[in-house]
Amino acid sequence: MSQLHYALFTGCTAKQSTPELLSSTLAVADKLGIKITILEEASCCGASHLQDFDEFLAHVLNARNICYAEKLGLTMITICNTCQLNSAMTKHALDTDPELKARVNEKLAEVGLEYKGTSEIKHFLYTLIDEYGLENIKEKVEVPLSHLNIAPFYGCHNIRPSELHHGSNNGENPYNPTSLDSLIDALEGHPVNYDHKNKCCGFHVELQANHTSEVLTGNALLDAIDNDADMMVTPCPLCHLKMDTYQDSVAKVMGRDVELPVLHMPQMVALALGCTEKEIGLNFHVQKATHLQTEATA
Amino acid sequence: MSSNTRKVTIKAFRFNAETDYLPYYKQYKMEVGKDELILDLLNRIKWEHDGSFSYRRSCRHGICGACAIKVNGKATLACKQNAMELLDLFNNELVFEPSSTKRAVKDMIIDKKDFWDKHAAVKPFVVADVDPHPEHESKQSIAEFDKFLDSDLCIQCGACHYSCPALEANPDYLGPAALNAAYRFTVDTRDEAAEERLKLTSEPGVGVWDCVKCFECAEACPKEINPIEKITKLHNMQFEQGVAVSNVATRHAEGFVRSIKKHGFLDEADIVVYSEGYLGMYKHLTTAAKMMKAGKIHWQDGIPFIDNMPKIKNLDEVQKLIEISMTNKL
Repeated sequence: MSQLHYALFTGCTAKQSTPELLSSTLAVADKLGIKITILEEASCCGASHLQDFDEFLAHVLNARNICYAEKLGLTMITICNTCQLNSAMTKHALDTDPELKARVNEKLAEVGLEYKGTSEIKHFLYTLIDEYGLENIKEKVEVPLSHLNIAPFYGCHNIRPSELHHGSNNGENPYNPTSLDSLIDALEGHPVNYDHKNKCCGFHVELQANHTSEVLTGNALLDAIDNDADMMVTPCPLCHLKMDTYQDSVAKVMGRDVELPVLHMPQMVALALGCTEKEIGLNFHVQKATHLQTEATA
Repeated sequence: MSSNTRKVTIKAFRFNAETDYLPYYKQYKMEVGKDELILDLLNRIKWEHDGSFSYRRSCRHGICGACAIKVNGKATLACKQNAMELLDLFNNELVFEPSSTKRAVKDMIIDKKDFWDKHAAVKPFVVADVDPHPEHESKQSIAEFDKFLDSDLCIQCGACHYSCPALEANPDYLGPAALNAAYRFTVDTRDEAAEERLKLTSEPGVGVWDCVKCFECAEACPKEINPIEKITKLHNMQFEQGVAVSNVATRHAEGFVRSIKKHGFLDEADIVVYSEGYLGMYKHLTTAAKMMKAGKIHWQDGIPFIDNMPKIKNLDEVQKLIEISMTNKL
């Protein structure tokens, strides 16, 4: 296999409140021999909120990000479902609407850029599975996760709307997604089957509709807990922030104890590839997850 | 068994609000053919197994919206959905349920009152003083018609409405179907209630700001309407038409520009302070303290900020693009 090389769109969260996502992503790439070029020029994707304020501006900024991947001639990979969604929505809009593409390019020309539509946009989860390959990952497992029941939490923006994502997520069906389950299998963990694995975590209305947000998080965490999960894993740092940081307040809303370590997808992979606790940054979690590795190495 | 048929067991939700204390599930064995629709299977349960099995059906052509149910949690218009496709997707185990089990009246039949109340609330019709004896039709040009996008293809089946988790958690929320209808009539150039609808749909707890952005509605719609696209348009129209008032939700959307201008990135702590205001920050103190302890944020000068707030390369490009591309304001 020739060396895989991607342009990484880090998103804002991995550069701020979840530094463990960036470090574990780079650790996984390093262990697997995947070359990563970080797009240091890339701005915020708008996270669907800038889109609510000014949709055209959001398209301009996302198109600019994609331009930098195009300049390198690389596939742009994301490590956040919401970055994936918003970048892919802009790509889809520009690739299917020549008039919009021309209007956006008119703005980009002012800063010497042009959106062409030549780079693919793909979440790291799907590049690992479709391009690196589960069989190849299996061969690299040093610390099998066979002692862990792991609840996969897919996050909305990688799987819906399916029509948008099908070109980049191997046709994942949002009503019965399997990619994270198969990755957990490849690392020899036990995927937990539960109804809420493809549901919403409520992150995006945390401020303005707090009750809704807490109920959605609570439903998912408790469903995983009730199905005997030792931990949850998600490819989205926004799901992670919500699920990891708010367990105490969620417990109050749900009227039940809520305690479950939540890992980023690359942290789980890194754990199985033999990375240390420090390398995968478990110390940055609010709900501590240190015992996972102690058990793994025991 | 030929390759064109499959022997399966279907589980169906059963409940009669007049006689049953609790719902239950009953199993029905049948051989399913490759061309059969979910509606055919509903018919066969009734005709071959139990004549009391109840469901709504009418047009059989995906137009009336009566036969919307859920199959393994997936919103399904029974007369449009091939059964084999779902057997493949769900490993030959199908569970038929009404669109909303808690609203079940009899088996697949639900009370859709909440759906129709919300639909009516957005005034889903052209509000205009019309001459009772007009001499011309009140037409729309092709360009005007195009503004509707696909919003007027809605058949009011309720698939999106009963797939919306925001509605499930907050019964006051209008939901995707009503908001899609609000969009349809607000962009109609003959209509005179645009501002009224934009005000209603901007209300906290009721309107577009309670959308959780899960895209369940886009996935659920059997007419492929994508209601959340119209919800985003309504968001934008509130700012374009000066209806948006400053509150935590609108500041949160607009505040992204403030951060991106400064750093290229979103300043995660600043957006919370900016959206909530300093007084509103008290709600977040416990969480902020936990995040600080975990090393996610740091506290200095009484304002939470991220350690070494990063800046993107070529920030000047982003600032220029904001300056020349942004049209909306709060």
